[in-house]
Amino acid sequence: MSRQLHQRACRRRQIAALTAVGTLGLGITACSGGATAASGGGGGHVTISVDCAPPKSSPIQYKEWNEDVSIFEKQNPDITIDSIFTSPCEVPATFTAMLKAGTEPNVFYTYFTDRNQVLDAGQAADITSYVTTKTVPARSDIVPSAMAAVTAGKTLYGLPTVNYTQGLIINRRLFTQAGLNPNQPPTTWAQVETDARAITKLGHGIYGYGDYSAGNNGGWHFSSEVDAEGGQMVGASNTAAFDSAPGMAVLQALHTLRFTDHAMSPTQQLAWGALQKQMAAGKLGMYIAAPDDIYNVIVPQDGGHINDYGMGPLPSTSGTPAGSLSGGNDYMFAKRDTPAQIRAGIKWLNFEDLTPGQGQFNFARTKADGLPVGFPEPQLFSGATQQANQKLMDASATINTSYYSTFTSAAEKGMGEPTDAQAVYKTLDPVMLAVLTEASANIGQLLKNAAGQVNTILANSG
Amino acid sequence: MTDIATLSEASRRSRPPRSTRSPRGGGRLGGRLGAKVRRNTSAYGFLFGAVACFAFFAWYPMVREIIMSFQQTHLGVTSWAGFANYDRIFHDPTFWLAWRNTLEFTLLALVLGYAVPFFTAILLNELRHARGYLRVLVYLPVMLPPASALLLFAYFYDPTYGLFNRVLHAVGLPTSQWVQSPGTGFVSMAMVSVVIAATWMNMGGATLIYLAALQNIPGELYEAAEIDGAGLWSKIRHITIPQTRLILSMLLMLQVVATMQMFVEAFILTNGGAGVGDNTLSVVNLIYTYAFALSGASNYDSASALGVVLMLVLAVFSGGYLWVTRERG
Repeated sequence: MSRQLHQRACRRRQIAALTAVGTLGLGITACSGGATAASGGGGGHVTISVDCAPPKSSPIQYKEWNEDVSIFEKQNPDITIDSIFTSPCEVPATFTAMLKAGTEPNVFYTYFTDRNQVLDAGQAADITSYVTTKTVPARSDIVPSAMAAVTAGKTLYGLPTVNYTQGLIINRRLFTQAGLNPNQPPTTWAQVETDARAITKLGHGIYGYGDYSAGNNGGWHFSSEVDAEGGQMVGASNTAAFDSAPGMAVLQALHTLRFTDHAMSPTQQLAWGALQKQMAAGKLGMYIAAPDDIYNVIVPQDGGHINDYGMGPLPSTSGTPAGSLSGGNDYMFAKRDTPAQIRAGIKWLNFEDLTPGQGQFNFARTKADGLPVGFPEPQLFSGATQQANQKLMDASATINTSYYSTFTSAAEKGMGEPTDAQAVYKTLDPVMLAVLTEASANIGQLLKNAAGQVNTILANSG
Repeated sequence: MTDIATLSEASRRSRPPRSTRSPRGGGRLGGRLGAKVRRNTSAYGFLFGAVACFAFFAWYPMVREIIMSFQQTHLGVTSWAGFANYDRIFHDPTFWLAWRNTLEFTLLALVLGYAVPFFTAILLNELRHARGYLRVLVYLPVMLPPASALLLFAYFYDPTYGLFNRVLHAVGLPTSQWVQSPGTGFVSMAMVSVVIAATWMNMGGATLIYLAALQNIPGELYEAAEIDGAGLWSKIRHITIPQTRLILSMLLMLQVVATMQMFVEAFILTNGGAGVGDNTLSVVNLIYTYAFALSGASNYDSASALGVVLMLVLAVFSGGYLWVTRERG
């Protein structure tokens, strides 16, 4: 669980890191220097470099990673793990440069949305024949959308380690102060409006609802909200599909919240990290996110109190979300890896990330180390593996899981992410920003223009 | 004078007489070349260091960029793509918008960023008291890292809590959305906000250069003008500007070249975005987007193509400018 904290934090820091790279003008090399001169031919000793190991700045996760490496190496004396300690796990600009230079570690962390980029760069090894129910016993229980993110055609290029869907994070304390029932988070946009208005009336700079409109995060949230409405970002014909009734409904709801209800702040152009701070400071009533925002950011980094938060499903017009954007991260294998290194890498990932009761799912240890247990994440498994994992998690739970029950029981269908996701998100950021800053925004025209741009991107990327 | 004549004579004497050159030339010439090289070893050493640095960090990337702009990489295979990358960027709807925004920024930055430091320098030059302190104050923002200065402005511009809106509100004036202002008209509030921040950050350096130039103007010229009854504007027009023409024209060119490459200002002020309706998207921001911000759709090749286009535009501008402002006669 705590290992997953680090990976999830890495993924969500993508945009903040993007800004940092642009700001400092530095090529952050932390993620790029991983190509270890690995030994490893035939049946002898093999060394594999693996990135996204939690650095010392996350002392508990760092300790747990090293414990796991030690146990694994004892169990497999012919394998040495060369840990590359990085946080965030991936800095997009550095990652792109790393692929171009072919300097990625033997086993390297990627976001689900990176697959095409890695394949285009020719840097991923085909691991199809190495992944079987013998090498990865939980293989058939890994959720299909997560497996799809690391598969191209019938070829498998990686193994997913985290998968999430999004819901509506609520500030239970503000709900109570506003006379609302925190055990019944809103499920329709109309209810969101009502609750957001009530919370905004508390004053003192408190706003009922927040959303992103910068750093690709605006488009990212818009995608999820469209999924919940039953729409699609990119259709089967590989063309933009969000210039539609679901797209209109989402943007109209946001525009109403901002300019009719005045339940959103005039300060917009927010990217990942801003809403978590507002939530922790008790200035925000609701926003959409995955559960890890609470245990990864709001509580440990921004100083919120864990009992102040809960989650409901994504809002939609009907009150029953048709789906949610599902994303996550995975590990891929460098093209230059020897067969022995691929086998060793799969063995490591199976140990660390894909087996209930050990590695990231060693809930008993997470609890003993003082980290929270019981959040409905990562939604990596289904079937028997999920049941076994859930049982272990429940046995060690340290949080009040009923605060998340409406999110859990909604069982949102993971819809994956659109083709060329980051490019699509980037195109939708200005649309979200216009809707949240322009009282007279022409939503139909904004969607039409953005659809034209996305179609150009999709056509160009082939 | 005598010293120079003596040195010149000594130098002439040190040259070997022409008649001593061997008919085949090789040995002696090689010896002379060798002696020349030995005499200038340290100079060649310094030259090699500089050339190597430029070659590795400036010329090679430039050549590589040009090559990459004609290539495409798919599934790990790089192939020649002709003008496909150029075709792709020219058909990107944001391409022309980025150029339009860059031009808008450049023009606004010239109006503000070129004139303000010049007049600030004149003012500082005229002051008789506290000149040193004021120079430090003007130069202070240059010493701030750009990221810090821009984050400071991002707070100033915050529509809800920002300093500027609070001040405007306090004096009863209408507030603004600043960089979050909608509108893509030629002079948008969003771009003006970016230019204000950029000018504040960068004016110190230009002011000091202008000040140095102003202090080189002989005081007698101003005294003569005053005797002739010239006012302040007349003195600026007929003495200050002509006397600093070289510096002014050089800084104008440098300013245009620098502002056309605007990136960090808009990038930070818009939180990594490009404003409402992309109204602060610059050409370099678009290059960055092509190369890094699109993940699966990212590609260096289109970014290289746009980089080459920008380089050509700036080269043509610089060449044209130098030709127009060349010394005639």
